[in-house]
Amino acid sequence: MKYWRVPFDRDKIDIPHGDIHINIDRCKGCSFCEEYCPRDVLKMSTNYNKKGYHYPDVIKQGECVNCCLCEMICPEFAIFCIESSKDTIQKGMKKGSNQEATS
Amino acid sequence: MTEVATQSKKGETKPKNEKPKAVLRDDYEHPMEIYLRIERFPHIWCATCGIGTVLTAFISGLEKSKLDIEKVTVVSGIGCTGRTAGYLRLDSFHTTHGRAIPFATGLALGNPKLKVVVISGDGDLTAIGGNHFIHAARRNLDLTIICVNNFNYAMTGGQAGPTTPMEAIASTAPYGCYEYPFNLPFLAESSGAVFVARWTALHIRRLTNTIAEALLKPGFSFIEVICPCATLYARRNRLGDGLDLMRFYHDNAIIKHGANTREVDIEYQKQIIVGKFVDIDKPTFLQQRDRFLKNKLGNQFIPYKEPVS
Repeated sequence: MKYWRVPFDRDKIDIPHGDIHINIDRCKGCSFCEEYCPRDVLKMSTNYNKKGYHYPDVIKQGECVNCCLCEMICPEFAIFCIESSKDTIQKGMKKGSNQEATS
Repeated sequence: MTEVATQSKKGETKPKNEKPKAVLRDDYEHPMEIYLRIERFPHIWCATCGIGTVLTAFISGLEKSKLDIEKVTVVSGIGCTGRTAGYLRLDSFHTTHGRAIPFATGLALGNPKLKVVVISGDGDLTAIGGNHFIHAARRNLDLTIICVNNFNYAMTGGQAGPTTPMEAIASTAPYGCYEYPFNLPFLAESSGAVFVARWTALHIRRLTNTIAEALLKPGFSFIEVICPCATLYARRNRLGDGLDLMRFYHDNAIIKHGANTREVDIEYQKQIIVGKFVDIDKPTFLQQRDRFLKNKLGNQFIPYKEPVS
């Protein structure tokens, strides 16, 4: 990620990571999620789902920051994020910061 | 009713207990499914319609407001947006055309502990139900109104409605609409609403916050949501699909909190002023009734059930 000034506490902050789950057959191919994902993680696939629409694909695995904008903007309830638990929680515990910071 | 209640209770605890195990695609249920009648899905709304997004925002706002969902009811009228009540796993009612607010009035007065929300379209609320709308606002009933404005009667084939902007083409206005449209926030404020806001379907986080705020606000709160209609409004006017309209909102929506509602009317393909326009405190209908009758009748007045503070 580009910064115009590197934040002082950059090394202390854990950027959360999310896993994107897509219910392919519920998608109607509006591509709102592709358009408004802040990290451009999603791209519409060239394949078709059961209904004949193009559905989104995760093209940048591991770059999702769990902002859940795709989940919010999807009109079909077809996509959602779950915070990938392992690394972020363990990292936060290790650094001695209180648990609230990670949750 | 009890069956619905137990189902939602079961669902509430479910996603918290189940921890995700691996990154798979179709394994988990959507976090909002506990609020949805998922057996009715896929819903009837067209591809790139924004009403589903408004429903998402409503569910998130409901979660954010931390209201007891057993005491929240949703009432809808007829139309595309009228279907929202049918998809929500709350005590929800699908009423006749334009009569969502009278139905909600009955619910709110019959059981003052309920939080009654009306989600309906612009045609249902302000054309066929226009009279009910202004009188509910005048009385300051404790209702939350979410009006999804897609500028036409979309379910019946795109006829021109009370919010169709001038020059826009509709199926009953093939050369463009020449009527003056309603300015809904101004209508609501001048009728007596205590909370008036407008967002588009793109301002999803702000809309969520506003819905959460409006749900906790006593009195008549009104939220207008500008929503893309791809199949009828955008197609007839050659505006592309829903995504193009979303891009249009991105470029042309101007956030002005506290703007004078007299100046926020929408012209065809011109800038849209959004934001929270009105937030005042005023006693609600039931508070006013209790106070007034207590003054007049003294000890003779016995309030129905419990008095509302």
